[in-house]
Amino acid sequence: MWTIIHKMGSPPWFFRFSGGLVKWLLPLTVCLLLVGAVWGLLIAPPDFRQGNSYRIIYIHVPSAVVALAGYYVMAFAGAVSLVWRIKMADVTMRAVAPVGAALTAIALVTGAIWGKPTWGTWWVWDARITSMLILLFLYLGVVALFEAYENKSAAARACAVLTLVGTVNIPIIYKSVDWWYSLHQPASIKFTGESAIDPSMLYPLLLMIGAFYCLFAVTVLLNMRAELAWNHRDASWLKQLVQGT
Amino acid sequence: MYFESLAALWDMDGHGIYVWLAYLLTLCPIIVMVWLPIKRFRQHWRWIEAESRRSGIDVGGAAGESAR
Repeated sequence: MWTIIHKMGSPPWFFRFSGGLVKWLLPLTVCLLLVGAVWGLLIAPPDFRQGNSYRIIYIHVPSAVVALAGYYVMAFAGAVSLVWRIKMADVTMRAVAPVGAALTAIALVTGAIWGKPTWGTWWVWDARITSMLILLFLYLGVVALFEAYENKSAAARACAVLTLVGTVNIPIIYKSVDWWYSLHQPASIKFTGESAIDPSMLYPLLLMIGAFYCLFAVTVLLNMRAELAWNHRDASWLKQLVQGT
Repeated sequence: MYFESLAALWDMDGHGIYVWLAYLLTLCPIIVMVWLPIKRFRQHWRWIEAESRRSGIDVGGAAGESAR
């Protein structure tokens, strides 16, 4: 375990490892997304109350779940960057931020579209929705902060601090539907106890959540590889790799 | 398949516009999320290739100069 973590800190090792991983993870992601979308759109039955508009959950829920999980990855990378000053942690943080922002934006936009036929409005300043909007600003803040600094080590430290402070928002997002009166429905999938969703609708949803995790992993890896290629453009190991192709 | 025709699939009992719009607005950023880093990586890769070719020629040229 520690050997793998130690290896992850080495750019040449990570670059080679991620190259192999992306080659099979990208087609797998595309397949999972296609199967999940077709299952959710064409095969799953409509909801008895919401009708067919509920089919938006197959993109709304996975994007929201992975956007939240992605923040933990970014916060962990931020902590590693602050404590151990590992460059790969900075690269990870920088790679996660735009992906997390895109996923949060997808969750907000698809939620708004779902809200119109379900609640009769595109937007309400509801606790869950507002805290998700704050999450989007946190991701965008990290992206902007990285670009704002000339000195990239200082940028990484500032981003790590912002990321760690922003983790306060994550439990608020999770618990907002319990703590405040909210239009947003509580979680339908439960780790403990029975889920409030029929298996015929649950299985494609679980598949799409898996697909979005794969999408997150593959896009973060692609971002990290692009970043590493530029940061190490003068390194002999990268020149050898380029000449070998 | 739940829907009996393509028209029913498109309409989804009046909810089609919302569902298809949501899926379209998800597909577009996903394509950008995957395409942008690939494009950036290829640009960097080509830059490194060109740079090492150029420095290779320089080294060759310098070697040629010193041999003469």
